[in-house]
Amino acid sequence: MTELFNTALTPWEWTQLISFYGIAALMIVAALMVVTLRNIFHSALGLAAVALGAAAIYLMLDAEFLAFVQILVYVGAVVTLIAFMVMLTQRASHGKLVRQSNDQKTISFIVVLSLFALLIWKIPTTVWNTTVSTGNLADAKTLGTAFLKEYIMPFEVISIVLLVALIGAIVLARREPK
Amino acid sequence: MSLLELTDKLIQWVSEMARTQGYSPEWAGFFTAIAIMLAVGGFVLGFISVVAMLLIWMERKVSGHMQSRIGPNRVGPFGLFQSIADAVKLLLKEDIAPKMVDKPVWWLAPIIIVVPAVLSFLCFPFHKGWIPLDLNLGLLFIMAIGSVSVIAIFMAGYGSNNKYSLIGGMRTVAQIISYEVPAILAIVPVVMLAGSLSFGQIIEAQSFRWNLFSLWGIVSFIIYVISGTAEINRTPFDIPEAESELVAGYHTEYSGMKFALFFVAEYTNMVIVSMIASAVFLGGYYLPFGLGASPVWMLLKVFAMIFLLMWFRWTFPRLRVDQMMIFGWKVLLPISFANIAWVGIWMALKL
Repeated sequence: MTELFNTALTPWEWTQLISFYGIAALMIVAALMVVTLRNIFHSALGLAAVALGAAAIYLMLDAEFLAFVQILVYVGAVVTLIAFMVMLTQRASHGKLVRQSNDQKTISFIVVLSLFALLIWKIPTTVWNTTVSTGNLADAKTLGTAFLKEYIMPFEVISIVLLVALIGAIVLARREPK
Repeated sequence: MSLLELTDKLIQWVSEMARTQGYSPEWAGFFTAIAIMLAVGGFVLGFISVVAMLLIWMERKVSGHMQSRIGPNRVGPFGLFQSIADAVKLLLKEDIAPKMVDKPVWWLAPIIIVVPAVLSFLCFPFHKGWIPLDLNLGLLFIMAIGSVSVIAIFMAGYGSNNKYSLIGGMRTVAQIISYEVPAILAIVPVVMLAGSLSFGQIIEAQSFRWNLFSLWGIVSFIIYVISGTAEINRTPFDIPEAESELVAGYHTEYSGMKFALFFVAEYTNMVIVSMIASAVFLGGYYLPFGLGASPVWMLLKVFAMIFLLMWFRWTFPRLRVDQMMIFGWKVLLPISFANIAWVGIWMALKL
């Protein structure tokens, strides 16, 4: 931290720094909310905040397309669907609270702790490629061409999987009781 | 002077001020950063509230004349200051929070609903080079940021802990999700032909011939205007806040300034929908056939579109929920797909 305050930063760098730490703090708080709050709706909102924070960080890294798609998919679709299900299944009263934990606390604690240790150990020792790649890799045109040329097979397979899921959902929802 | 130069001037000015006050350069930089954030935020919020107040006055005047009334005419010339009087009244009102509401969610909802509306102005194309930030993915940005307002409506509906609010919130979200699809698909042919998602390039592609002047353009425009009306919950798609059924829908429990924020968001979204329609189909700041370009045309088009939306509101009766869903999924969606296919075939044959 001392190094941070000794170097003179330009206003733009300050703006970036303030934004980054602000967003990072918000994301951590929101992520904790997702796993600790006992009201499912509140957890879903926390998830939305995490997704928005991630999108903001993508934006700061110049990955515009990824950021906007992140918002569109995670906030616009995933969290909306979760919230919709909560509202359809819970009544308007806030009486129903869920437990976020089950009886496997010890085992899951060990697993999570080992994963955390692994990350702490690995992240500083890994060599990260921090140079900005030449050309606008993440722009819409390049992505579109890649989807319809090089990756046409996976793209189509994913579409079919989604279609099957869609039809399956309709069949399940419309099943008539005998 | 472009906006960026203006910001640069502001940065220099504030850092100079901080330095003369005897702060070290790094603290001067910090203060400048904070000052810029506050200045930009304040300017944008002020601009948006003025626009919203003007539109509320316009709506009341338009509705008045459509119903053979005069509309507001007491406060100021032509009742122009009526909205200011209303705003003052709303500011002074007691802020009532019902006892059983879900406090944090209920409290945050009106704040969050304004955010996407404000952010969308980032891509407002006033004139060539007069776009605050001409993102390469401007259209995608507005579509993405618009989906955040769904969350805010959910929060208002759920947090109010009220049956009417809950039903209103769910109806709104179902409606917005359904009509977002044809709205985006209606714009796709334009993006295909312009080869870009940026507002600047889409408008430049229409410098001679607007996108409206073709069969696919008319179809896309009509689909977009209908879906846009549905996305901002205006009559004939005002099912979410149908007064006769749901009191006021998701904002039933809000009063004072919180209610005003919902209002500001609604009218700002109206500006955004009109802006997209004008920029994407009506040539933005260009007159047709190379007759000229000016920010005046852009603003006139936006206001014409807003007037059209107001005209809809005071002419059409409200749709039923099932009619609305059927219309969205079974009528608009197939037509917009057919439109995309038609433009695609046409492009393939031409190339």
